Amino acid sequence: MKHLLSTEDLSLANAIRILDTAEEMAAVGDREVKKLPALRGRTVVNLFFEDSTRTRISFEAAAKRLSADVINFAAKGSSVSKGESLKDTAQTLSAMGADAVVIRHWASGAPHRLAATDWIDASVINAGDGTHEHPTQALLDAFTMRRHWARLAGTGSEGADLKGMRVAIAGDVLHSRVARSNVWLLRTLGAEVTLVAPPTLLPIGVEKWPCSVSYNMDQTLEQGVDAVMMLRVQGERMNASFFPSTREYSRRWGFDDNRLRALDALGMKDTIIMHPGPMNRGLEISAAAADSPRSTVLAQVRNGVSVRMAALYLLLSGDTREPAAPALAYAGTPSTKESN
Amino acid sequence: MAGNTGTYLIRGASILGGGPADLLIRDGVIAETGKDLTADGATLIDAAGLVALPGMVDVHTHLREPGREDAETVETGTRAAALGGYTAVHAMANSTPVADTAGVVEQVYSLGQAAGWVDVRPVGAVTVGLAGGQLAELGAMADSRARVRMFSDDGICVHDPVLMRRALEYVKAFDGVVAQHAQEPRLTAGAQMNEGEVSAVLGLTGWPAVAEESIIARDVLLAQHVGSRLHVCHVSTAGSVEIIRWAKQRGINVTAEVTPHHLLLTDDLVRSYDPVYKVNPPLRTDADVQALRAGLADGTIDVVGTDHAPHPSEHKECEWAQAAMGMTGLETALSVVQHTMIETGLITWADFARVTSSAAARIGRLEDQGRPLEAGEPANVILVDPAARWTVEPAKMATMGRNSPFKGMELPGKVVATFFKGHPTVLDGSLNTPYPHSASVGAA
Repeated sequence: MKHLLSTEDLSLANAIRILDTAEEMAAVGDREVKKLPALRGRTVVNLFFEDSTRTRISFEAAAKRLSADVINFAAKGSSVSKGESLKDTAQTLSAMGADAVVIRHWASGAPHRLAATDWIDASVINAGDGTHEHPTQALLDAFTMRRHWARLAGTGSEGADLKGMRVAIAGDVLHSRVARSNVWLLRTLGAEVTLVAPPTLLPIGVEKWPCSVSYNMDQTLEQGVDAVMMLRVQGERMNASFFPSTREYSRRWGFDDNRLRALDALGMKDTIIMHPGPMNRGLEISAAAADSPRSTVLAQVRNGVSVRMAALYLLLSGDTREPAAPALAYAGTPSTKESN
Repeated sequence: MAGNTGTYLIRGASILGGGPADLLIRDGVIAETGKDLTADGATLIDAAGLVALPGMVDVHTHLREPGREDAETVETGTRAAALGGYTAVHAMANSTPVADTAGVVEQVYSLGQAAGWVDVRPVGAVTVGLAGGQLAELGAMADSRARVRMFSDDGICVHDPVLMRRALEYVKAFDGVVAQHAQEPRLTAGAQMNEGEVSAVLGLTGWPAVAEESIIARDVLLAQHVGSRLHVCHVSTAGSVEIIRWAKQRGINVTAEVTPHHLLLTDDLVRSYDPVYKVNPPLRTDADVQALRAGLADGTIDVVGTDHAPHPSEHKECEWAQAAMGMTGLETALSVVQHTMIETGLITWADFARVTSSAAARIGRLEDQGRPLEAGEPANVILVDPAARWTVEPAKMATMGRNSPFKGMELPGKVVATFFKGHPTVLDGSLNTPYPHSASVGAA
């Protein structure tokens, strides 16, 4: 792997390899000295054209735990706000010796442009682009689900996929890069995905996606789910006729206290509730659901650092081989094939 | 019209793809056609294997001057036109300043005459500043030296139904036509690409087909109601073709155009996020491409218009959402139409002459263009080598724009010669010289 741009084109072998590597990285996080020398002398640039403190500090923590030098570049207040182009910004950072560029951009496809053009040589990691993809978020979600799924099965996570796991992703799918990246990755890992949303917040063309679509949260729960992922409702959607009011949205598609009780009543004691954050408590998720033992919100944040360490490590350690098969994923032998 | 432009004897050209014949061009007109012609002092051109066609007429060209001379000038754009086989282009009104007064359209017209590569017929804006608020002085533009007959806010839809009605009615006074850029603005706020399977995956704001189709449906009904002439720019969807077919069956006076890129390319290309594929209207699906080809073949769509839209490289070397919309097209149109329409057996070269020349000249009311290749007609003639194949290299084009979506593609058909009012602007596939000013003395 040279870049991590999307989960749509991430092979099963590479997905498993990243998740397995993240397990190794998680072990580092449990040690007293949370640091590896793996990327000493390498430079990681966090190039953020959109505010996202959570994702930025997660990548920063990941890079620092691998001993990389980190440069944070927030486009706001920089030369970008004076009209500098993406090309010039990227080349400037590249000239300063960036080995990896972690890019967050409001424009869908911006990371692809950096990777596909000859503007820079560095590895590119997509840290969320517009309404397109957010691959490391999907990977940390899958990591969280995989641990849960393996624990229920009484096995270890390493090498495992998510075959048979039923996942509901609920909310503003239309504008969600998290939903898109999850749909592709969960398909690759063998999970069964149902999108639950008002029809206005589903893209035209969703019928071709490898998942089911439901307009009814309660029916979806009744049919049985192992994980419910609630998507954040963006404030700007509320005045654009996507739904009549926040109260109606909350009643029909939110994960409220009634639905939390319904999980118990339906006997789904092991179903987890996920959220990529930041949460709108009382809108798409009730406080009781967010704080319940079912909630994995903080585990997701923790796992995010491990997954981003794994991505940075695999892209920058010079290990660009494509694993032959998932079973060999972590032990793999060198090969010259590029995955991207 | 006739000027002192010399004598050329074209030997053995396939006339509109039919049997071989000679064409004698003398002093701006086709003096004679037939077999084994002779003429003293004529420059001989061996046209064996070449197809003779009327000079192409583009109903939709962006020459960018005045205002964006960094993107294109009348000089460079008309050089590209001549190389592409054109003898006339309609220069769209979205320059800076907008071509919404007699002064600006006369400026563009004069620049075209001074360049001398093709007839430049300015298109006048429908509304002042393309702002959609009040009608520009359409009559003044019609009466100007530029003799404007086509009016368009192209790039922006005349979406106010009352304003559109008034424009359609008003241009009847001077046999004008309103060329509509059909795009409902509210349905396309922030739109980036065709709305469908690909936009769903890419997370780019969708541009629904219905935004085009609903405006066309409204406009053909308006044109019927007020008895006016409507032209629909760059039709891009299967549904639009259906609506126009229906309108023509009802006898509504509507014409329509399709671009070469919409005859060949689909929104699958956007998966690259390369803004060279960003265009308005957007690339659509394969089903739309097939419907557009069928519509052009059966006459529902009247003409091919390039929507040639050069941009400086920095407007394409950026994020998709930041990039300008538009593609160059003058130097590839003939090849793309040959590839998509003739080599597929959908149309003949005689049909090609209709959709690229005679029908286009009729829409723009250009009397001296799109004429038959017969004795006494103005000598706007091109010679095409249909067997040639070439690879598109934007850097080698005459246009200043490098934004060709056909870059790297191998296409058939090459313009070998272009005669503009009897003067060869292109010879041996290369630019020759512009129409000599001395020949224009006394001309209209």
